[in-house]
Amino acid sequence: MSARDELPVQGAEQTLTRGHVGSPDPRPNARRLLQGRGVYIDDLRLPRLAHVVFLRSPHAHARIVRVDSSRARQAPGVIAIFDGATIAQVCKPWVGVLAHLKGIRSPTQYPLAMERACWQGEPVIAVVAQTRAQGEDARDLVEIEWETLPALVDMDDALAGNPVLHPELGDNICFQREVDTGGIDQVFAQADIVVEETFHFGRHTGVCPEGRAILADYNAAEHSLTVHHATQAPHMMHDIISRHLDIPEANVRVICHDVGGAYGIKVHVYPDEMCTAAIAMLLRRPVKFQADRMESFVSDIHAREHKATVRLAATKDGRILGFDLHDLTAIGPYSVYPRTSGIEGNQVVNLTGGPYRHSHYRARMQAVFTNKNVTCQYRAVGHPIAVAITEGIVDLAAQRLNIDPAEFRRRNLIPDDAYPYAFPSGIRFEKLSHHQCLERLLALMNYEGLRADQAQARERGCYRGIGLAAMIEVTNPSAAFYGVGGARISSQDGATLRLEPTGALTVLCSVTEQGQGTETVFAQIAADTVGISMDKVRVITGDTATTPYGGGTWGSRGAGIGGEAVLQSGRALRANILEAAAAILACDRATLEVANDAIVDRLSLRPLLTLAELGRICYYRPDTLPPGFQSELMVTRHYVPRDYAFAFTNGIQASWVEVDTETGFVKLLGHWCVEDCGTVINPLLVDEQIRGGVVQGIGAALFEECCYDDAGQMLNAHLGDYLVPMAGEMPDIVCAHVQTPTHTSELGAKGAGEAGTAGAPAAVMNAINDALVPLEARVTAQPFTPERILAALGRV
Amino acid sequence: MALPETEITLRVNGETVRKRVEPRQHLIDFLREGLDLTGSHVGCEHGVCGACTVRVDGRIVRGCLMLAVQADGRSVETIEGVSDSGELADLQHAFHQRNALQCGFCTPGMLLCAGELLATTPAATREQIREHISGNYCRCTGYQAIVDAIETTLASRRANPAGAGT
Repeated sequence: MSARDELPVQGAEQTLTRGHVGSPDPRPNARRLLQGRGVYIDDLRLPRLAHVVFLRSPHAHARIVRVDSSRARQAPGVIAIFDGATIAQVCKPWVGVLAHLKGIRSPTQYPLAMERACWQGEPVIAVVAQTRAQGEDARDLVEIEWETLPALVDMDDALAGNPVLHPELGDNICFQREVDTGGIDQVFAQADIVVEETFHFGRHTGVCPEGRAILADYNAAEHSLTVHHATQAPHMMHDIISRHLDIPEANVRVICHDVGGAYGIKVHVYPDEMCTAAIAMLLRRPVKFQADRMESFVSDIHAREHKATVRLAATKDGRILGFDLHDLTAIGPYSVYPRTSGIEGNQVVNLTGGPYRHSHYRARMQAVFTNKNVTCQYRAVGHPIAVAITEGIVDLAAQRLNIDPAEFRRRNLIPDDAYPYAFPSGIRFEKLSHHQCLERLLALMNYEGLRADQAQARERGCYRGIGLAAMIEVTNPSAAFYGVGGARISSQDGATLRLEPTGALTVLCSVTEQGQGTETVFAQIAADTVGISMDKVRVITGDTATTPYGGGTWGSRGAGIGGEAVLQSGRALRANILEAAAAILACDRATLEVANDAIVDRLSLRPLLTLAELGRICYYRPDTLPPGFQSELMVTRHYVPRDYAFAFTNGIQASWVEVDTETGFVKLLGHWCVEDCGTVINPLLVDEQIRGGVVQGIGAALFEECCYDDAGQMLNAHLGDYLVPMAGEMPDIVCAHVQTPTHTSELGAKGAGEAGTAGAPAAVMNAINDALVPLEARVTAQPFTPERILAALGRV
Repeated sequence: MALPETEITLRVNGETVRKRVEPRQHLIDFLREGLDLTGSHVGCEHGVCGACTVRVDGRIVRGCLMLAVQADGRSVETIEGVSDSGELADLQHAFHQRNALQCGFCTPGMLLCAGELLATTPAATREQIREHISGNYCRCTGYQAIVDAIETTLASRRANPAGAGT
């Protein structure tokens, strides 16, 4: 009997509901965080630890004429000072391109700037000292003579090649892509209506509560490097550190401790972090870099600086015919390694128009180099752009046709019985639930009631609006995302399960934890699959020396891919436990079952042997087992999606706002999100993750923007001026789920972590514009600040 | 630049501590680097995010906006001390049950901030809770679970005043 036959956990169209999976279990690993007893990188204490601080370019674009570190070297506590050329001797540079993004280009990037700096914040000189304060003191004594160069700040200037930032590339285009299903000009020419809008998206960033951090500890005797790293992808970093610092793979170990927020920010290769690892080698001692808030703003990746013009053609009875898109995005001076800065725009092309049945699609995107901080993948990558331009233009079409926005969506969302479904552009959907989600949302929010409230409010000069935003979301990415392009990033994850002699269960998984609750959902899955109680399960993640190899946490993949690996590993371990039990009890294995921490009779559920007793016998008294029998109480299984490039999910959000037309302030009155992530493993965790994502999306819609001046200086690089959502302005958020499990795995779980961020900006935008309809005003440039709203109203 | 160190004497989580510190050193850096009390976190170092919230003489302060020398002769409490005393155990339990944290970086500051509301405003409304914690930045949760957990704790303390913190 195969392991799969023993326990039909999930039948067709059913969710896995046995025991812990599906229940709102609190996170065991949250207890230490609640007492301040977590361990983040900056909490580690190592002997001979040195601290590195970076002198960063104060200019957006400048040549380094001369560096004089002589005074700095004499400062108290200084251990060493390094420039780009010195670090380049031990750390190979990189080029952030991938083969499947055809034509993508980027110049070679070094850990520290070599001859010139290309953005304000680029690390130039590394100062190592006994304490961080001493390092900062000494940094102030480093003298650099700069020759400033023209700063390329505007994306249209960049597109025009005015000037060309990297002359060896010939122009400023990093990556461009076109999709054309054909015949679109004719369709648009013959359509009853065509609507067009240009949307602007403000560049913003992740603002992790904990800044980026790395502590690299070099052992010269072994030529080994242990890297304590606040990262989402330890195996990716393991490989990169090994190759770029020329340390054998076996001599590298990457350990993630508690990570204070990541959201995609901590999944990239950062020059200052690579430099820190190189310095640990050069100084033969542990070296730590902890980014402070102000340098985080100019060195953490930014995202989302886009200008997108979209057209939609429809029939007069409200049937969408096609979308025509041109997206321009500015990515900074380098494409970020190793995931590239082309993915965000690529996603915009892939996802625009995605929820709606349509026959014609044309999209063109261009990513251009500029002298601002680099951009790369940040939570929901491309989705907030694609959802906003799609939902913005869909609302405009509905308004033009005088059709209620909910009804317009009802007419155009891909029918729930149309799956599997493929767009002419090649995107394939296994099974989505747009209409179930829409109807659920409308009921939850009392759509008709809010419309009545809106009408009454307008009569008294109060402008309220409802915004809807349907979305599709890329989750559980296969090797199609990075691997096929040559990136050494695993799309597969693994789980090792070990039954301990006491009957406890240890789970080691390659997916990492940054607070999402991955360790908890793995414990839930393992407990159910093996037949053990949650309190006997211990989960270990984030250590390349002990866990299976895998991708880590990004792309809404942790629960869906890592969870399936745990499930399959649990199945296999359970089968091995039953083999051992049959050997001990001298009975037919088919009569046995594992439940409640014991071997039980399958029919009567009568306990026959505790797992603790089984463990004791297998580990300490194997001499009593039948001749030739060897127990195997530790198993490893891996999982990678193969059937589809991505497990697409869907959902819909609604925002209910009031716009103060005197001040331009937006008050969030309510927010709803109905999402379909397949099997819900832990509703407590998934709801809060969605809410957090929604609030991050609200931040993009209303507050967050990295503002640059014409010289390429970021003007608001601190938390006083860069506004983030705080508790006072946020509404309560109602979450609900439709569950359409993916059949590409037995667990059936799809991703959920990015859904909130993907749809919230569009919902808020549409709500504001709905509120402003009577005033014939519209806003299309995020964030929707009071100033922009007043400008739209003609008041400033 | 560094100035000569000066000696301070204070109580930290009930223990008397005598240390030499640089006059420029912030209280949060003194607690973390000088005393290895790493439960309080450094988030922005300019008084906005609230991750470094600690108590001085019973009132919450931003550890990055106060110098260590200003704590001379005073009593400082951190999340470690408050956890060991059990004073906020009910709030911590409510946070756990409601999953009012994800990465946990803001949590110690959030708990101390909320603890002050529990002590001063037992009948606080949801809006007052949101207002009170609006100086503490959380990027993960969306705040709602935090508000729920504080609201639950307020209600249970009102129902059973003797049970606070146990």
